[in-house]
Amino acid sequence: MGHSDHLDEYGDAYGAIAEINDEQRWAFGSSFEDPLAGVDVSVPSGVDGDDLAAYCLMLGDDALILSHRLQGWVSWAPELEDDVAIANIALDLLGQARLLLARAGKADGSGRDEDAYAYFRPASEFRNVALVELENGDFGHALARLLVFSTYRLGLLDQLRTSRDPVLAAIAAKGVKEVTYHRDYAARWMLRLGDGTDESHRRAAGGLAAVWPYVPELFVPHPIELRLADAGVGVDPSTLRAEFDSVVEQVLSAATLEFPPEPATSASTPDAVSAPGEGRDGRHTESLTGILDELQGLARAHREATW
Amino acid sequence: MTTAHKALPDVRTVAESVTDPELPMLTLADLGVLRDVWVTHTGTVVVSITPTYSGCPAMDAMRDDLRRALRDAGYHDVEVRTVLEPAWTTDWISAAGHVKLARAGISPPHTAPVRAAGPVQLDLGGTVRVVRCPQCGSARTEEQSRFSSTACKSLWRCRSCLEPFEHIKEI
Repeated sequence: MGHSDHLDEYGDAYGAIAEINDEQRWAFGSSFEDPLAGVDVSVPSGVDGDDLAAYCLMLGDDALILSHRLQGWVSWAPELEDDVAIANIALDLLGQARLLLARAGKADGSGRDEDAYAYFRPASEFRNVALVELENGDFGHALARLLVFSTYRLGLLDQLRTSRDPVLAAIAAKGVKEVTYHRDYAARWMLRLGDGTDESHRRAAGGLAAVWPYVPELFVPHPIELRLADAGVGVDPSTLRAEFDSVVEQVLSAATLEFPPEPATSASTPDAVSAPGEGRDGRHTESLTGILDELQGLARAHREATW
Repeated sequence: MTTAHKALPDVRTVAESVTDPELPMLTLADLGVLRDVWVTHTGTVVVSITPTYSGCPAMDAMRDDLRRALRDAGYHDVEVRTVLEPAWTTDWISAAGHVKLARAGISPPHTAPVRAAGPVQLDLGGTVRVVRCPQCGSARTEEQSRFSSTACKSLWRCRSCLEPFEHIKEI
């Protein structure tokens, strides 16, 4: 059947390209498939399915929201190579988020797919830490956040490789390879900026100072994290702090940067910031609302749409 | 079974001939993402594939291409399953795959590094790897970026022939 026959049949070009049952035009959109299709997703013995789902959302939402922030950098980075690098990192994190959100829907018995979690939850049901939702700043801010986040996440995923949940263990083992590249990228840029010109040093130090108040939240264990750590499924994040400090120290000393002062208590964090650990319970800054407006608007306006 | 019907082509041969959507010079078997192909006792063809990177957007295309190739070969009951473990490594790219990549101007990966015990080591850029230019064979090359047009490649430049090229990065 020729092109003009299609137009005759449908009367318009949109109808012709939207013809169903054409798997060859996947790029136009044939809806996403379950990224866990065929994977055994039974919940390990002695583990509460709701706990496991909530934990997957913590890890998945961190990745989803930071991916969105990084996507905002594409076309704004200093060089084309960095646009590409940041897009790649955002894509890796989005892939990790897809797997983790899909795993959540299998664990809590709700059968929700990744889109149900990404597009149809209110901010109060997102479980990401505040660090990932902060507004984008300058490039120094972007790299400082990526260094902090990827250093934390690499340590976490590395421990999670031995999780008693084989799905989490597999997602983590794959993620370790990816986040190793993310951390190296951020570290090399911090080195270049910190040990560069006065201006680049000032920007790197400024970025670090801006994200540092959000570091403690990463390591405050949530009761769900502790229960899952006890069950051999999750990781108690407080056990990751020493390695985190040692890696960041290695980067900062090479970059001639110093550790910013750490907030002693949550009271010393900026007014708009939730207290450490609150993101895991769905309490967020205003910034998350803005992200969700952008991220969810299309899906909420066209509920039956596929892409 | 009578010979009334022409024998269908072997399922494994069909599945192994499907090419990667991003690297069409490689089959899914060359790339090492095709993990297994079998037929259940009820006649369902089951194909298992593993993603290269978590966010690889080609996975959906691979599933569709596998289904279509098998359907065109006469198999209508096809199930494509995802396998996450063990995680894909560039070591699974076949020897034939290395040759095809090089012929297409893409530098094939070295053996993936074996990780030492303990925490993942930070690489601040001190390690120098020799990657030969797939165009002229020169070893005078430099890495421009560890990220390129797809997640699995890094961007390099040859300092002899001055051509840019991509290298499949080891994971």
